[in-house]
Amino acid sequence: MSHSHTHGHPKGLVHHFDDLKQQNEAATLGMWGFLITEILFFGGLITAYIIFRGLYPEVFLHGSHMLDWKLGGLNTLVLLCSSLTMAFAVHASHEGKPKSAFNYLILTILFGSVFLVVKYFEYKAKVDHHLIPGSASFTFTEGGVDAGRAQIFFILYFAMTGVHALHMIVGIGIVAWIATKVRNNAFTKDYYSPVEMTGLYWHFVDIVWIFLYPLLYLIDLTKVGGGGHALLDTDTLMKLLG
Amino acid sequence: MWDFPFLPNQASTFAAEVDAFYFALVGVTAFFTIAIYAMIWWFSVRYRRGKKADRSNAPTSNHLLEAVWIIIPLGISLAIFGWSAKIFFEIKTPPQDAMQVHAIGKQWMWKFVNEDGKYEVNELHVPVGRAVEIKMISQDVLHDLYFPAFRTKQDVLPGRYTTLWFEATTPGTYHMFCAEYCGLLHSGMIGKVHVLTQDDYDAWLADAGGSATASSGGGSGNALVDGAKLFEEKVCHTCHKSEATAIAPTLVGVYGTDVQLQDGTTVTVDDAYIRESIKNPGAKIVAGYQPAMPTYEGQITEEQIVQLIAYIKSLK
Amino acid sequence: MPAEHYLNVKYGLKSWLLTKDHKRIAMLYLISVTVMFALGGLFAGLVRLELITPGGDFLSADAYNKAFSAHGIIMVFFFLIPAVPAIFGNFLIPIQIGAKDLAFPRINLLSWYLYIIGALLGISAILAGGVDTGWTFYPPYSSQYSQSHVLLAGLGAFIAGFSSILTGLNFVVTIHKMRAPGMTWFRLPLFVWAHYATSLIMLLGTPVVAITIVLLVVERLFGVGIFDPSIGGDPVLFQHLFWFYSHPAVYIMILPAMGVQSELVATFSRRRVFGYSFVAFSSLAIAIIGFVVWGHHMFVSGQSMYAGLVFSILTMLVAIPSAVKTFNWALTMYKGSISYETPMIYAIGFLGLFVIGGLTGLFLGAMGLDIHLHDTYFVVAHFHYIMVGGTVMGFMGGLHYYWPKMSGRMYPDGWGRLSAMIIFVGFNLTFFPQFIAGYLGMPRRYYMYDPDFHIWNIMSTAGATVLAIGYMMPLFYMAWSWKWGRPAGPNPWGAKGLEWTTQSPPTTFNFDETPIWNEEAYDYDPEEAEAEYEREFGTIN
Repeated sequence: MSHSHTHGHPKGLVHHFDDLKQQNEAATLGMWGFLITEILFFGGLITAYIIFRGLYPEVFLHGSHMLDWKLGGLNTLVLLCSSLTMAFAVHASHEGKPKSAFNYLILTILFGSVFLVVKYFEYKAKVDHHLIPGSASFTFTEGGVDAGRAQIFFILYFAMTGVHALHMIVGIGIVAWIATKVRNNAFTKDYYSPVEMTGLYWHFVDIVWIFLYPLLYLIDLTKVGGGGHALLDTDTLMKLLG
Repeated sequence: MWDFPFLPNQASTFAAEVDAFYFALVGVTAFFTIAIYAMIWWFSVRYRRGKKADRSNAPTSNHLLEAVWIIIPLGISLAIFGWSAKIFFEIKTPPQDAMQVHAIGKQWMWKFVNEDGKYEVNELHVPVGRAVEIKMISQDVLHDLYFPAFRTKQDVLPGRYTTLWFEATTPGTYHMFCAEYCGLLHSGMIGKVHVLTQDDYDAWLADAGGSATASSGGGSGNALVDGAKLFEEKVCHTCHKSEATAIAPTLVGVYGTDVQLQDGTTVTVDDAYIRESIKNPGAKIVAGYQPAMPTYEGQITEEQIVQLIAYIKSLK
Repeated sequence: MPAEHYLNVKYGLKSWLLTKDHKRIAMLYLISVTVMFALGGLFAGLVRLELITPGGDFLSADAYNKAFSAHGIIMVFFFLIPAVPAIFGNFLIPIQIGAKDLAFPRINLLSWYLYIIGALLGISAILAGGVDTGWTFYPPYSSQYSQSHVLLAGLGAFIAGFSSILTGLNFVVTIHKMRAPGMTWFRLPLFVWAHYATSLIMLLGTPVVAITIVLLVVERLFGVGIFDPSIGGDPVLFQHLFWFYSHPAVYIMILPAMGVQSELVATFSRRRVFGYSFVAFSSLAIAIIGFVVWGHHMFVSGQSMYAGLVFSILTMLVAIPSAVKTFNWALTMYKGSISYETPMIYAIGFLGLFVIGGLTGLFLGAMGLDIHLHDTYFVVAHFHYIMVGGTVMGFMGGLHYYWPKMSGRMYPDGWGRLSAMIIFVGFNLTFFPQFIAGYLGMPRRYYMYDPDFHIWNIMSTAGATVLAIGYMMPLFYMAWSWKWGRPAGPNPWGAKGLEWTTQSPPTTFNFDETPIWNEEAYDYDPEEAEAEYEREFGTIN
């Protein structure tokens, strides 16, 4: 391994890297770099969220009441479990136990799928309650707030959770692909960075949900029907951002 | 075609200073451009390969020099910033006593309503030597009202009033452009601003025929009259009455005053508040009243809102 | 020509379309980016033709709006952003740092495919009838009013964005992790520093515009959105999000060209770039400050006065690193041993045009003056001085400098110098009059205009004709040299740097062994260069 000329080419080393250490470091840095771009991707949505919540706090309060915080909570729990099994899978790979790693990956896929099924029912409920922005039948009467502005809340709700769900679907695909590689013994104790990177991605997608859940579902649960809190002073914000 | 104009007319109080600032910057640019070109030229000739020259001890860095060309550009750019900020504040701060004009931008025309409710389309008559403040809103997409001779412009947005002001200094007729791309006939969304002496302006005001745009104004050719008519058509008058028992606050004499709201805050009754109350009546309810007004969102044009504002302003 | 190199290891379409070699991917980009440049140039030609006369004589208003939009969208998203990094960065960064390839060769190929998909979507938007929103896609026009193919073009820009994110990611990881032993950060060529700064912007800025385009697309599809004022949304928010990316994107376009500029000035002056570390850090400074100046595009948008002040003063600060670079390049020539091959002609052209382009940026960053100049031809002239006078000059300079490395052959230098000078003259004739038309008050994106502005438009169109001739010449002599050019040898310019120690064209993995590098960057000695010249040619005076 120390001499690149020897024929003992370590498993998994790609030709253009000098050694596995360099290769793993490159993969890790690459993944973190990618996750930073992902943060900024969601950051655009969260910026829009902050601005509109600042402008229309009541609308967001009442909009939030239309979401099922129990189902959202259940999904949070499911995702936390999936992160745990993912961590176990990475650990098992580190220990060189592909069988156990495979099982944990399958569990992760299972939890991820439960999340999506629950999400499906949540979306379906929104369709049934006429809360699809842009559709002619959109109705929102909670708290006497403007129905137009309520659409903004639901646009952001669908955009944020939708983009997140898309990440979940991609994630499940990647985990499935990695699981088949694990099963085929493609990795060793020294070379399992694809499993590790998949884990990083999966944890990231979980963390995004940990932010989305309180932002969307838990806006001041205690206050029903009262005035919401402004995150920012409306007039200042209006002046600054136009 | 064969003349080479360099400057637009100077016809507002800003124009001379903006031009002076412009020429100062042209000077800075010319100085540095010539300096850099001269340096390159000099080095190119002197140190051309094959030409004998002293090339010994060629320096590769010099912190003092780096500091010099960090500090000098910094100083220059801060000076530029200071001067530009001063001009910016002048252009952005209309005086209190400015004459009020409303403008509505829509694909692809400008419509103006002056203080007396007189309409104009793609033309604007203003008196010389008097500050004019234009409150603008768009019926559809983004526009931008631009008067090159006055050196000022401002985007015109849907959903919110923006303002622009100037004080014309020289009688004449000048360009009016739309400067924010707004679709097919963007380049046709142009017009003329006529700066008149006070006498000419008074004569123009008195001429009832004015510009022949009465038909597009919705009837009378005067926004005050149209606003009053609209006030009845939209049945505003059934609730907004002067009597103490009315279910909505009276609108007589309220324009420009501060009113107390339900939640204890106060708001000044201005164009923006009136517009918001028509479109989203529940947003800011006056103290002592119930939210009973239906929304007029989607049922009223920006032009009609301007007519109503003109009418409400006239209620004394 | 060497017996085996990256071009002849394998033949056939498949060996190119499935290649993981960064140099072959660079060549794929070279071809596709050149095609897009030609297409964008064609639309520029249509725009300039229409503007010969004040009336609408040549195109319809609709066709004109679609022509300038196509020109902007193609040039920004499919030429300027990828041009220097995806072609020269791709080809040279691994070689310059002594690596066998980029860190993620497969992702590199994926970037190219994403670029192609994006470009094809952009082209299909044009073929399907065009887009008429301008490249800035401002709502509510783009979201609710335009009848044109905004969705296709938006999707194309969105996908091309991911191409540039992945390219940036690849560069950052490669520069961090794959440098050869001895290739320390402060021995890196400034070309690499410039690309490092560029990559940071690609990583941090592009995702924001991507999600902004998604929100715009959603608004167009569903008829409501957060930029829609009729439901309480805010069209100005789009501008904030858009410029948060698109202003730094301007630096994505210019920084790599600045990197090329450093290489050219050093090589053809036989001098180490003056103030190396200042030039390196000024790239990072530009990247960082570039993220906090977006509001200077919005001084008249209805943004508050105070926001305007902050954005204006920050904008003034960008002038500093740009000035630092300019002075350092100029001083690099001091006591040099200067020769004037084609790339150096471009480098000198770049320097002169960039000074004008940069300083006119101050006119626009100065709020009080920007009110008058915003959205006039002054803005058009300014950014063409940066984008064409800077980026395209850098691109052409880089192409002529690295062509021998990429193709293994020399082009005819006389033709090269001639075309460089034609481009310089044509460029100034095209764009200088636009400064004047702009100050006179001619708004941009005008299909018909007032006769007051006529003469400046005639000059501009005349210049564009000259410019077009200048751009077409390299197509011919470069193509000729591909087959018949004289073999270049490893180091035709006598330049320093790892890339000039490899054969031309290099082998697939660039180096047989990972090289060990013990030199400082640009380790030139002008006196030695003179002595060598004298031995060969005698003295001239």
